[in-house]
Amino acid sequence: MMETETQQTPEQMIVFEDVSKFYGDILGVNRVNLTIAPGITSLVGPNGSGKTTLMNLMTGLLRPTRGRISVLGVNTDDPEQLFRRVGYCAQFDSFPRGATGRSFIRSYLSVHGFEKREADELTERALERVGLQHAADRKVGGYSKGMRQRIRLGQSIAHNPSVLILDEPLNGLDPMARAETIRLFRQLAAEGLHLIISSHILHEVNMMSDCVVLINNGYIVAEGDIHGVRDEMEEHPMQILVRCDRPSRLAARLFEQDHIVEARMHEDRQGLFIKTRDADKFYVLLNKIVLEEKLNIETVAPADDDLDAVYQYLITSEGAS
Amino acid sequence: MSSAMNVAAVEKKVEQSRPWSLWLRQAGAIFRLELRKNLFGKRAVLLYMLALFPVLLMALLALVNSEDIRTNFSEVNEVFSAIYQGLILRTVVFFGCAWMFMNLFRGEVVDRSLHYYFLCPVRREVLVVGKYLSGLVSAIFLFLMTTIGSIFFIYLAGYPTSTQFLFNGPGLGQVFTYLGITILACVGYGAVFLVIGLFFRNPIVPALVVYGWEFINFLLPPVLKKISVIHYLQSLTPIPMSEGPFAVIAEPTPAWIAIPGLIIFTLIVLAVASVRIRRMEIRYGGE
Repeated sequence: MMETETQQTPEQMIVFEDVSKFYGDILGVNRVNLTIAPGITSLVGPNGSGKTTLMNLMTGLLRPTRGRISVLGVNTDDPEQLFRRVGYCAQFDSFPRGATGRSFIRSYLSVHGFEKREADELTERALERVGLQHAADRKVGGYSKGMRQRIRLGQSIAHNPSVLILDEPLNGLDPMARAETIRLFRQLAAEGLHLIISSHILHEVNMMSDCVVLINNGYIVAEGDIHGVRDEMEEHPMQILVRCDRPSRLAARLFEQDHIVEARMHEDRQGLFIKTRDADKFYVLLNKIVLEEKLNIETVAPADDDLDAVYQYLITSEGAS
Repeated sequence: MSSAMNVAAVEKKVEQSRPWSLWLRQAGAIFRLELRKNLFGKRAVLLYMLALFPVLLMALLALVNSEDIRTNFSEVNEVFSAIYQGLILRTVVFFGCAWMFMNLFRGEVVDRSLHYYFLCPVRREVLVVGKYLSGLVSAIFLFLMTTIGSIFFIYLAGYPTSTQFLFNGPGLGQVFTYLGITILACVGYGAVFLVIGLFFRNPIVPALVVYGWEFINFLLPPVLKKISVIHYLQSLTPIPMSEGPFAVIAEPTPAWIAIPGLIIFTLIVLAVASVRIRRMEIRYGGE
């Protein structure tokens, strides 16, 4: 659990307490206990792992078979209170027939209960934030996939929610729009929002997330900040790249240790990939070897301390088994 | 402005205006959105065709039999009553309401757009009311046009005898009675089909069951007759329609019971719809 969570009250968090959801006999998610603090939290997992189910449960579109969910202290059964605080950009790519970008956002703000002038102001602000003012009066039906994604994002942030839930929000966006959108997410997170994002694009999740929740087959496999999750995976060797002048000498010394699983030469023969079960012991040992062997070290860096590696370990065939 | 400030401002506003003015504003917004869909959406084409059919039929009858209509207007008036009850009420209004009201929710599930409403801070009951009223106004508009259009051609063909019947006889009262029955039919059938659309994935079968029940109403014993919409509507018609030799005769329900009875029935059905929608989940994949 993240450090910040200990300072937050349940009214500032999203809390899942022993939540399960079954679709008849089919498992959606099972026994989820999760606490999400402000910042960007990414839900990562393969298709059908339960990410969307988790998001739909958070927004009351689905009701849990068991357990309890509260979003900033509000029960998800109470849409009137919940959606003053929550915006949800779902994956469903459908729009009311004939709606323009502006009328799409504007009409749902009026359903929120905003007065006309206020709804107009919020609409313009949302269009500006997602960079669609120029296309606001065109029909959404004629938008590109990326524009449709952005107008849905605009609709979900238009009422200035405290919690923003985004199901695959980067899908269909070109690189420029992706960068813009990630910048917007960061800005919203800096304003104190909770952003819960599901994505398959691990590189981008890695770049923008404060916290990740790895989910597979309906179970939460790991949660926390990416480095913390990596540290928790003690059973999985950690890979470290050491670039130095005599890597073969280093390899020979390292093989004497039990916690070293593998040492593999870098392609340019100027470095060594080392897999260890105990990173702390390794760093102490490396210092000792460097002093004793008088090695010239260029760099020492974790080679798999990113989300991609964590995902591979925990969710793909090896992790799943 | 920070989001926390925004939420606080919105909540304060909600507190100040809670509950009725906010609910009315929200229901009004839903009503306007839905009215546009009901009258100008792709599904409205079928409704216009259905609504236009009796008018065209009456126009054709008026054109072909104008001489007979002029000379035997009181008889024609009875024929019109049969056409109104058999074609307009039992077929056009019935299936028109079925199509319109079942699609208020079911259509949005099929189009995968219901979640937009479910993701708004609006009570689900307010959503039911907003949608029902939009359906009701649309149906009343369309089917009053059907009724008025059909009457217009009969009276036009019967001119000048019909003018005498309209202004110096029972004609005007009958016209208003037909219009009132059309409105009540939309109220009652609308509620029934809205709730069917909420409960069934494929509402066609239950709609046909309701049609069958309404159709055999003339064969039912008096107690069972009362568990139908058509019984109360027929009780209000100015000229009773002959239901054939096998009909089980029952006393018509007086208007002072039939009208409030239908309205109470509608309110009960809408309450059931509200309970249902509070527990409704969005699972488009399963549709």
